[in-house]
Amino acid sequence: MGMTVSFLILAIMTLAGGVAAMTLRRLVHCALALAVAFAGLAALYLNLGAEFAGLAQLLVYVGAVAILIVFAILLTPARPGDEAEKVFSPAGPAGAVLALAVFAVLAGAVMTSSAARQAAGGAVPQTTMREIGFALMQRYVLPLEVVALMLTAAMIGAVILAMRERRAVPGSTVGQSPELRA
Amino acid sequence: MTPLAGCLLVSALLFSVGLAGALTRRNAILVLAGIELMLNAANLNFIAFWRFGPHPEYLTGLMFVIFSIAVAAAEAAVGLALILAIYRHARTSDVSEMTEMKG
Repeated sequence: MGMTVSFLILAIMTLAGGVAAMTLRRLVHCALALAVAFAGLAALYLNLGAEFAGLAQLLVYVGAVAILIVFAILLTPARPGDEAEKVFSPAGPAGAVLALAVFAVLAGAVMTSSAARQAAGGAVPQTTMREIGFALMQRYVLPLEVVALMLTAAMIGAVILAMRERRAVPGSTVGQSPELRA
Repeated sequence: MTPLAGCLLVSALLFSVGLAGALTRRNAILVLAGIELMLNAANLNFIAFWRFGPHPEYLTGLMFVIFSIAVAAAEAAVGLALILAIYRHARTSDVSEMTEMKG
């Protein structure tokens, strides 16, 4: 049993989105390509039979994270002078070589692993929403509560970090609005 | 090539693309996007091992992905808030210009 055609199409779509997100020049285009990659991953999860994870991926990544990234891009405009031609950092070639080396190691490990060669891949496991709910409420209830606490802390932390500082220290430009400083 | 190996290869490729982006881009937001891609590649591995593993009825990989998505969402929110705070201070989102920890 080989890979199905749908898996190949979704994988190509995901990878194309990822590559485009990391190479395009305009930041908004990068964010849109990233949304395509996230949606492709959600479709891959659905293709592998993980409906709940696929829909959660669609909601959280395409719905929230991609939009958050678009907002962050729009809130941090580049200065007029230095928009052009500086997309990659000076250490770019070394980083690309490093990423290629990491891929070579990972691909070599996957191709030589016996577990990946003899994995059966039987019928699609039938998991109902009911089973997932029971697992979350019984076996994984402590991690669930910890995640809830962490999400609250992260939300408060993000708001505090992004909040404009109200009182500016005399003589300092920190906390003033950009219009005042400019 | 078995379906599991195919999934793992796609995931390795996605991880490398994310790593390359995180290491080569100048914009801090795209560095964060590269890190998100790497996290997603790990999630794809969890799903693949859950789907093709010997005991899918235990739901372990699926649960790990659900928690991982929640953690990644928190990470993205805090990371973008940090980038906004730095931008407000230094007027740039270029990681190669962020050379000071103390403004």
